[in-house]
This record gives sequence, C-alpha cells and structure tokens, in this order.
Amino acid sequence: MSKKITVGPVGYMPQSAPSMGVELSPKGQALLYGNIVTEEEAMRDAAKALLTMANPTIFPGPQVLWDWKDDVAEKSAAILDLAAEIPNCRIIPMPDYRPKYPKIDAEAEINPNHPNLTILHNKIKAAIFIGVHCHYANLSLRMIRAGTDCYTIAMCAFMGHEEAMASIRDVHAEDVLRFKDILVQVRNELGIEWTAKMPPENPSLPKEDWGTLTPADYGEYRSLLMSKKGEHIADVE
Amino acid sequence: MSLNKTLVDMDYLLKEAPREKHFITGAQAMAEAVKRASVDMAIAYPITPQSEVMHLVGDIFAQGHIKEYYRAEEELGTMSAIAGAARAGVRLFTATSGPGLLRGLEAIVSWPGHRVPCVLGVLTRVVNAPLSIQPDNIEMAYLLHSGIVLLHAENQQDTFDMTLAAFAITEKVDVYIPVAVATEGFFVTHAKGYVDMTSEELAFNEPDPYAAPVPAMDNEVPPARIQRDAPVQKSNFMSYLIHSVWQQEIWDSNKRAMKYIYQYLGGPIEVQNPEADVFVLASGCAAAQAREAHRYAQEEGLSVGFIKVKAIRPFPKEEIRTALKNATTVIIPEHNIIGWLAAEVKAAIPNSGIVVDGPRVYGGMTLPVELIMEQVYMALGMKSETLQA
Repeated sequence: MSKKITVGPVGYMPQSAPSMGVELSPKGQALLYGNIVTEEEAMRDAAKALLTMANPTIFPGPQVLWDWKDDVAEKSAAILDLAAEIPNCRIIPMPDYRPKYPKIDAEAEINPNHPNLTILHNKIKAAIFIGVHCHYANLSLRMIRAGTDCYTIAMCAFMGHEEAMASIRDVHAEDVLRFKDILVQVRNELGIEWTAKMPPENPSLPKEDWGTLTPADYGEYRSLLMSKKGEHIADVE
Repeated sequence: MSLNKTLVDMDYLLKEAPREKHFITGAQAMAEAVKRASVDMAIAYPITPQSEVMHLVGDIFAQGHIKEYYRAEEELGTMSAIAGAARAGVRLFTATSGPGLLRGLEAIVSWPGHRVPCVLGVLTRVVNAPLSIQPDNIEMAYLLHSGIVLLHAENQQDTFDMTLAAFAITEKVDVYIPVAVATEGFFVTHAKGYVDMTSEELAFNEPDPYAAPVPAMDNEVPPARIQRDAPVQKSNFMSYLIHSVWQQEIWDSNKRAMKYIYQYLGGPIEVQNPEADVFVLASGCAAAQAREAHRYAQEEGLSVGFIKVKAIRPFPKEEIRTALKNATTVIIPEHNIIGWLAAEVKAAIPNSGIVVDGPRVYGGMTLPVELIMEQVYMALGMKSETLQA
C-alpha cells in the first residue's frame, strides 16, 4: 500500500490531506495512511502502533468527557476499558478548545491551538483522538502531522478524519470495545504480556469538589448562570 | 403554528417525491424551496431585486412554515445575526443582492471560519456606481475567495432545486460551511418559468445541531458562552499555525461539498454534445442563453458543445478539464465585465488559449443569443450572418 498520509514531521507548512486527494471513507470502511481499507485492517495497524510506540496516549474530547447525552457514559466506560488494555497508556483530555493563557500545562491537557506542546513534552509517539469535535480534531491532527513523529488514530462519531494515520468512522461504545478486542488480540500475537490496569490519575489536575461550588466561582460570567430545568429563580441582583 | 408536515430526507425530497408543475418566478421558486426546508429562522433586510424573495419568505413565516423571522437593521446586522443564530444550532436562511451583499460581506466571509451552516440567496444586481438595480453578476466574484460553497442557478427550476439541496449540503458534518445559491436578479427572480415542485406537505428533516464539527454553543464549562471560542478572537494567544490549518480546513470543507453536489444535483456541470470541438460554457442565466445558442447551432447543423457550470465553489476543475480535453475553442458568455468565469476556466485547463473571453454583457443588458452565435461562427471559420445583416 502506498502511504498518502504518513507519520510526520512533514514540515513547517503542512499540506492538508484533502488537498492531497485523500477522501473520507464510506460507511463501514476506514482510512489507513489515507487509503480506504476495512475497519479491521485499520484497527490492527492502529493497535500495533499503540502497542509498540512510546507513551501511547488517549486524548478524549468534550463529547466523551461530559455526560451530555444518552450514549456517552457507555462510550466513556468503553474508552477506559480500552485504556486499561494498552500497556502504560495515559489519558490526557482536550476538555475545551480555548487557547490557554499564559501557558498550557502539557501534562494536564492537550489543546487544539498548540497540540504539539503536549505531544512533544510527553514524548508521545502514538495517540487516539476520540470525542473531539471534528473541526478541532482536523486542526490538531494536521498540526501534529506537521510538527511531530506521532502516529495518530481518529475514532470519530461521524465521518472520520483524513489527517490521521488511522481513521475509524461512526464510532460508538461497541466499536471502542471491538477495537479493544482487536488490540488484545494483536498484543497476544506480539507476545506482549500485560494485565489490564487503569491509567494513572492525571497528576496536574486539581481534585474537583463540585459540592462547594458557588456562583462566585464564575466571576464575570456569574450573570449568565442558567437555572436548572424546573428551578424557579425568585431573587435576582 | 404546527402544519403537520411529513419530514423526509433530502434524497427523497429532491429525487423521488412526486412533483407538480407550476408557472412561477425565480423569487417564488426560492421561497417555495425555503417553505419545504424546515427553516427555523429567516432574517431579512430588503434590497432590490432580493426584496421579492424575503417578502415571500415573510409570507410563509406568517403561514407558519418558519419559526422566526425579522427584519434586521441593515445587511451587516443581518449577516452577523445569522452567525449568532447559528450558534444556537438552528437552520437559517437569508438573501441579498449586489450592494447589500457587499455591505454584509465582512460578516459573510467570516461565516466559513466560524463554521456557520446557513443558506444565502444571492439575487444578483449591479454593485458599482452609477446606481442601478439591474442584473449583473459581478458580485459573485467577491464570494469566490470567501470559502463558501457557491451554486449558480440557470432558471427558476434550478433555483428551487439548488436552494433545497443547499440546506442539506450546508449541514453535512464534513462541510458545515454556508452555501450560497446565486441567480440573476430580474432575469430569473422576476420572470416566470415552469418549476416542478414537490408538495408543500413534505419538508426536509429538522436539523440535528449536535451532528456538527463544532459545538453548537459552548456549553462545555458553565455558564454557557455564546462565543465559539475561535482562536481568531484571541489572536495573541494562538499559534500562527492554527490559523493556517484553520484556513485549510475551510477550503477542505468546500472541497468535500463536491460529493454532495453530485448526490443532490447530479454533478457540478452539465455537458451536451461532448464530442464537439467548439463549446459554449456558461453559468447561471448566461447558461440559458448558451443553451439556446447550442439549440440554434443544432438547427443549423453545426456541431457545438454546451457546458453549464452549476457549482462555482467548489469549482469543478477536473470535470471541466475532462469535458474540454479535445476542444479547440470554448466561448464563455457572462453577465459581468470582468469575466470571472472565464478566468476560472483558464486556470483549470492546460491550454487556456482556447478560451474566448465573452461575449459579456453588464449593467442590466440582456444577452442576445446572436452575440454568442457570432463567436460560434467565428470559431468555426464561418461568416457571421448577424453581422452581415
């Protein structure tokens, strides 16, 4: 297979994959190095990358970080199951898309404005994007291909991503679990011994205590606080 | 008001649903498409010749086909309000003409970068001084580099079909940029033609704001923020590279729209007599006259090809290159002085010397078929009968 899309760094000013003639795969198929292949072929190659390259990492985006619609909790649980099967996997979230000021904590999160900082700081050579909105995933994947040697895997709920080395489309919880099964199979084929174990806690994130949250914590946005469904606000400033 | 419509997908609506013939204006055709598109909100600011469209859209709002409709303060406000409403994940329509388009252009060219899905009707009109309200499509040149998908309707039927298709294309997750449907003011908007229309009992499925490449509204961290947090709003804190790849993403999205132009409109070009050496290639209303020239030529026993360009962005470079691969001459009639279509075609083919720049009419002038035939006769080495007369 000729590889249209390869692990970077491809250089200072990347050419976009679509402008190089890469097209999104049709339903039921996947992209591997810019070529349309079966899902299993793409998943096996992606699994091998996660198992053999340094510091494999999952980058979950907002769509799987918050329990905002029915199928999210199940999908997020499946992602944790997958993470547990990847030796020495880490999870670094992309919780939002805002530029971080004054400087991103590259161990705590990844950001689409400068995703290379997280990749390079943590020496990540293989990564999964999942739950990141497609626009921001495309930007991040292209910048990572431009400036790093990281093998990227897109597990997309919609149509996939031309920029990733491996792109799986229409991904739901069962597809994540199927990928996990394939990864375990490839791991056994490679003779890698591993007992399923959750990734370590993200060391940079402060412990969250939502129970003590008050409107004052919202600062200048306080006036925009919305009432909960059914809640009656009797007193306003 | 609930009208109990049956919601269907766009493939069914455009290709399978029964149709009935009506004799209506282009403005009516655009409004009738909007009526069938489950539009949530339309925002209007009047300008001739667009006013007819948005007036009719106001009527169908009053009839309950649209949830919200209002007249904005001017075009920049209209187009900015469209961008704002898109953040709420609703289906949107507006339309404008010539000077109105240019007044709203600052907001319009920011729509693709902000990933605003909406449909914009462009009912073309002279933009330059001296003041005129007459048809001339030079304004479309200003949209060519904006990133938006741009379709060009030949007639009332195209206006109906393209407007409907535009609502489906703009909301595709891998596109999600605005789609403009342009057609010539007066020549199409105020003239009647036959339009095969679906029943108004049928309407396009309602939008799913979560099937989007960006958050419909930034609800990640409460309180909800109305801004989409484009780094372009905070350029001090972004890398130059993200702006570069962001721009690429817009044009990639534009390119991805092509497969849907095939799906819903049968492709970006129409070709008649592909074996010919001499072609007449045109878009919009000029394509109607070019089609007539093709018919004249057939009646005279002359082998002349005809190419109608339906999609201006994404521009069908490969399709045109293939269609013209054996051509010796391609005549490009246009309704503007600068010849933006001729420039596009020249850039798309390896032998741009075969392009005849014109005939062009502008400032409201009509485009007589005879003008095109003169070029045909010259290309075929014949004397022009029109000139002799």
